[in-house]
Amino acid sequence: MNRVPTSFLIGAALSVVFVAAAALSFLWTPHDVTSLVIANRLQPAGGDFVLGTDQFGRDLLSMLMVGARTSIAVALVAVGIGITLGVPLGLAAAAARGSLLDEVIMRGNDLIFAFPSLVIAILITAVYGPSATNAIIAIGIFNIPVFARVARGGALSLWTLDYVLAARTAGKGRLRISAEHILPNIANLLIVQATIQFSLGVLAEAALSYVGLGAQPPLPSWGRMLSDAQTMIYSHPMLAILPGMAIVMMVLGLNLMGDGLRDMLDPRLRRRRQ
Amino acid sequence: MLRYILSRLLSLCLSLIAASVVIFGVIEVIPGDPAAFMLGLNATDANIAALRAELGLDGTVVARYWGWVSGMMTGDFGISYTYRVSVSDLILDRIWISLPLAIYALILSTLIAFPIGLIAASARGTLADYGIMGGTQLGIAVPNFWFAMLLVLLFAVNLRWFSAGGFAGWDNPAAAVKSLTLPAIALALPQASILARVMRSALLDTLGQDYIRTARAKGLTRRQAVLRHALRNAMIPVLTIIGLQFSFLLAGAIIIENVFFLPGLGRLIFQGITQRDLIVVESVTMLLVFAVILVTFLVDIAYAAVDPRLRRR
Amino acid sequence: MIRVDRLSLAIHGTPILRDVSLSIPKGQIFGLVGESGSGKSMTALSLMQLLPAGAKATGHALLDDTDLLTRTEAQMCGLRGNDLGMIFQEPMTALNPVQTIGDQVAETLLIHGESSRAAARKIARDRLDRVGLQHVAMDRYPHELSGGQRQRVCIAAAVALSPRLLIADEPTTALDVTTQAQILDLLRDLVARDGMSLLLITHDLAVVANMADHVAVMQRGEIVEQGPTADVLRLQRHPYTRGLFAASAHQPDRVTTPRPDVLLSVENVIRTYPGPRTGFTRAAPIAAVDDVSFQLHKGESLGLVGESGCGKSTLTRAILGLDPIQSGAISAFGHPVTPQMPNTVRAGIQVVFQDPYGSFNPRWRVEKLVAEPFHLLPERPRDARDRVADALAAVGLSADDMHKYPHEFSGGQRQRIAIARALITHPRILVLDEAVSALDVSIRAQILDLLADLQNRLHLSYLFISHDLTVVRSITDRVLVMQAGKIVEQGETEQVFTAPAHPYTQSLLAAAPSLDTIMERSDATLV
Repeated sequence: MNRVPTSFLIGAALSVVFVAAAALSFLWTPHDVTSLVIANRLQPAGGDFVLGTDQFGRDLLSMLMVGARTSIAVALVAVGIGITLGVPLGLAAAAARGSLLDEVIMRGNDLIFAFPSLVIAILITAVYGPSATNAIIAIGIFNIPVFARVARGGALSLWTLDYVLAARTAGKGRLRISAEHILPNIANLLIVQATIQFSLGVLAEAALSYVGLGAQPPLPSWGRMLSDAQTMIYSHPMLAILPGMAIVMMVLGLNLMGDGLRDMLDPRLRRRRQ
Repeated sequence: MLRYILSRLLSLCLSLIAASVVIFGVIEVIPGDPAAFMLGLNATDANIAALRAELGLDGTVVARYWGWVSGMMTGDFGISYTYRVSVSDLILDRIWISLPLAIYALILSTLIAFPIGLIAASARGTLADYGIMGGTQLGIAVPNFWFAMLLVLLFAVNLRWFSAGGFAGWDNPAAAVKSLTLPAIALALPQASILARVMRSALLDTLGQDYIRTARAKGLTRRQAVLRHALRNAMIPVLTIIGLQFSFLLAGAIIIENVFFLPGLGRLIFQGITQRDLIVVESVTMLLVFAVILVTFLVDIAYAAVDPRLRRR
Repeated sequence: MIRVDRLSLAIHGTPILRDVSLSIPKGQIFGLVGESGSGKSMTALSLMQLLPAGAKATGHALLDDTDLLTRTEAQMCGLRGNDLGMIFQEPMTALNPVQTIGDQVAETLLIHGESSRAAARKIARDRLDRVGLQHVAMDRYPHELSGGQRQRVCIAAAVALSPRLLIADEPTTALDVTTQAQILDLLRDLVARDGMSLLLITHDLAVVANMADHVAVMQRGEIVEQGPTADVLRLQRHPYTRGLFAASAHQPDRVTTPRPDVLLSVENVIRTYPGPRTGFTRAAPIAAVDDVSFQLHKGESLGLVGESGCGKSTLTRAILGLDPIQSGAISAFGHPVTPQMPNTVRAGIQVVFQDPYGSFNPRWRVEKLVAEPFHLLPERPRDARDRVADALAAVGLSADDMHKYPHEFSGGQRQRIAIARALITHPRILVLDEAVSALDVSIRAQILDLLADLQNRLHLSYLFISHDLTVVRSITDRVLVMQAGKIVEQGETEQVFTAPAHPYTQSLLAAAPSLDTIMERSDATLV
C-alpha cells in the first residue's frame, strides 16, 4: 500500500497533542483559569506554575489548554458550517451547470468573497456585540463559498466523465448521481480543503479575539492572551511568545497534515507512485 | 477586449449594489431602530426622536437606502454620531495609512514570493526546494499580528532600529515609509509564503505541459523555457491569489494597526463598534468591500492581459 | 544520415529499450511502428536527449559524425531545433497558448543565432507559408486555429532551420482523416524538398505503409523486424508483425440477418446549442444536428461515421434520451425518446463509451458497476448477482472478477466490463460510441470479435459510431455519413465504401490510408 508521508505523521502528531490538551481541559487543568489571584501575578516558569502566570495571576499552561479548546471549537464549527452549506450548493451548481441556479449560486459566492471574515465579524459585532459565536458565524460564512467552489470545480470535471453518462443511461437522476458518483469522488478534495480551512479558522479566530471581536472574557483564547500580553511585552515577552507559539504549532500541524493527506489521496500522485 | 472590460464592469456594479444592500440591511434594518440601538439603554424618547430625525430614519427603507447610496456617490458618507464630524473627513484622515500599508505589504509580498517560488520550482527536489518549502510552511502558520509583536520586540525594543509604533505623518515621506515598514513586513511575510507556494506549484504545473517540451525540442535551455514560456502561463493562478491576498492584507492592515498604534481605518472602525456609531461602521465596511470588489475587477482585467483566450475580438 | 547503434535505455533501473539499431539515409522516411508502450517514443526522446529524470541511455546515436548520446546538455541545446527537429502527437497542447504563432516559429530562429527579431519574423512568415498557412496571420494565437493548422505551426517551428533529422511522434493520431492526409502530404513534401531525414513514429500500419521507405516494428523495447517497407509488410517474417498486420485488417466473423422491424426511428431531428456569448448578446443558435432522419432495424448493425465536431456525439446523446431535441422526433420500440422517457424504454437502449478509463466510478466494485442499470427495472432482480456473473461470462470475463475494482483491469478488459454493463438489462439496441477507438489494434480485434459474436447470439441491433472507416466497414451492414450536422450519404456499407456517391464521402475514403490498396500497390511493384 501507499507509504504514509512523513509530513502527515508530524502534522498529525502535533494536531493530536492540541486536540488531547483541549479535550483534557474539559476534565482537568493545572489551575482554575477563571480565578484571578493577584498574589500569583507574573510568576516565573517552573515550580507550581509550569509556564508561569500572567499579570492577573492566571496559570499560562491552563490558559493555553482552554485556549486550544476555544480555537478548535470555533474552527471546527466554522468548517462544519462551510461544508454543510457550501458542498450542497456547489454540487447543485455543478449538476445544473449553466442554468440560472448555477449563476445565482456562483454570483452569491463571489459576493461573499467580497466580505472577508473580518468584515463579516465587524458587521455582526456592531449589531449583536462581540462573542465567540459571532466569530464562528463570521468565519463559517466565509467558508461557504470556499467549499462551494471546491465542490463545484471537482464535480464539474466528474460530470463530463463517461461513468456519469452511464449512470444517466441507467435512469438515475441528478440528485442520485450527485450522491452516488460525485460526492464520494470529490471527498478527497473536500477533506484536504477542510484541513486548510480548519487551520485558517484557527488563525482567523486568533485575529478576531485579538481585536476584541471574538471570545470574550473570562473564556481564555489565544488571541486574547496575545492582546493582554501586548502591554507587558517589554518586561515579560514570554507572555506574548507562548500563545503565539501555540498558534504556530497548531496551524503548522494542521497544514502538514493537509499536505500529507493531499499526497496520499490525490489519485494523480498515487498513480505516479504505483 | 472592450466587450470583456464592459462585461467585467457590469459585474463590478452588480456586486457593489448587492454588497451595499447587504451592509445596509445588516446595519440599518436588522437591529430594528438604529437610533435606539446607538443611544443604548439610557436614551430618552426625546433623544431617540431627535437622532431619528438627524439620521433621516423616518422615511421608508427604500428611501433611506437610496439616500445613503446617492450620498456615498457624491462623497457624502453622513455625519459620525460620536465624533460629530463628517464620516468622509474621518475616512480621508485615516485611509492614507491603511491603504498605503496594504499596498506596501502587497508589493513586498510579491517581490519576496516571485524569486523564491521561481527558485523552488527550478530546483525541484533539491535541498534548496525543501528548505524553501519548509520555511514557507512555517511562514503560513504565523499569525501576522503576533509576528508584528516579535518584530517590535526585536527591532524596536532590543535593536532600537525602528520606533515601536505611531505614525510620523506624510509631511515627512521618508519617516512615514519607515513607520510603515515593520507593519508591512509583518503583513507581507505570511502572505509571501502562500504566494511563493502557489507560484512554485503553478510553475511546476506549466513545466509539465506539452508546450514546454515543444520549446525544449526547439533548442531552448531549461531556464529559457521557464522564463519565456512557463512564467507567463503560471501567472493566471498567481494573479488569482494576489487578488485574494489584497483583501486579506486590507483586513490584516486593520488588525495590525493595533500592534503599532497606527491611527488608520482599523482604529476608526473598532472605536465605532465600541461607541455603537453605526454610521462609521457602515461606511467603513462599505469602503473595505468596495476596495475588495475593485481589486477583483483589476485582477479580471489583468487575466485578459496575460491570457489572449479571454480577449474576444 | 542518422545511425543508431545498440541503443539501450533504463529509467530508474527499469529497462525500457534494448539494443535498438537503425539507420536513416538522408532524404528518406523511416517508419517506427508498434503498440502503446513498445518504446517508440522513448527511442525518439533518446535521440533528442529529452528523457525523463532518472533515465540512462547507452549505445550510440550518430547524427553524421556526432554521437548525440555523448553531447552535453548545452551542446544538445545547440543541436535541437537546428539539426534535430521534433513534432508531437497533440497539436492542441503543443503550442504556448499565450504567445502568437509567429513568435513561436520565430523563436527557433532567435534561439539559434538570428539576431534581429524583425528578420526572424520575416523568415518565420516564409516558413508558415511553406507549411500551407499563407492565409493565417502571424499575430494569431493557437486557440484561434484548428488542430490541423496548429500541427502545421509546430512543423513550421520544427523545420524553420531545415534540420537534418525531423522526428514526428504520432503527428496525425489526434487529427481527422482528411487533415491527417494533408499533414502527411506536407511532411512527405518537406522531406523531398529539403532532403532531411524523417523518423515517423506511429501505431498505424497504414500510415507507415503509405509514407515510409524503411520500416521497423517495435515490441517491448526491441526492434523485432526491419527492412524496406514493401518487404516487411509483404513477407511479415516476425510473428509479431504478422499479428499486428492481421489485427489491423481484422474482419470479425458476422452472420447478420437484419429483419424489417424498425426498432429505432429518427425523424427530422434538429438539436441546437445557444450561440457563443458576444458581450451582452448571444449569436444565433448553432445547429449541431440539422434535420437528421434514419431508421435502425432489428438485428442490424448501423454505422455512423464523421469527423470530430460533425455532430455525431450530440446525436448520440439525443438518441440515448440524455438531451432534449428542438424539433423532430426520435422513437424506440414505438415509444418517444426524450429525457423524461420511462425506464422500461431506457432499459432497451444501452451504451458503451470510448474511454475505458473514465467509464467507471473508481470506488465501486465490478459487481456494483455492472448491476447499475438494474436501477431501470421496477425492482432489483433477486438473482442480480447471478445475472452479473452471466453478463461477465458473456463478455469473456470470470464471475470472480465482480469482486475487483476497475483499476485492476487492462483497457480491453474494461471495455468488456462496459459491454457487460450495457447488456445487463437485455437491451435490444446497443449504442457503441467510439467503443474501440482507444484500444490497440490487437485488443481492438478481440473486442470486435466479441461484438460480432454477441450480435450473432443475441440478435442485438448496433448503432456503431466511429471516425475509423476501416472498423466501420468491418462491423456494419449499413452506414450513415455525417458532415456538419447533416447525413450526407447513407446506404449499404459495401456500396458506400466501394462507390461513394457524395463528394464528402469520396474525400473521406480517399484520405483514409487503407492497407488493402497499399498492399495491392506493393504487390504490383514487387512482382
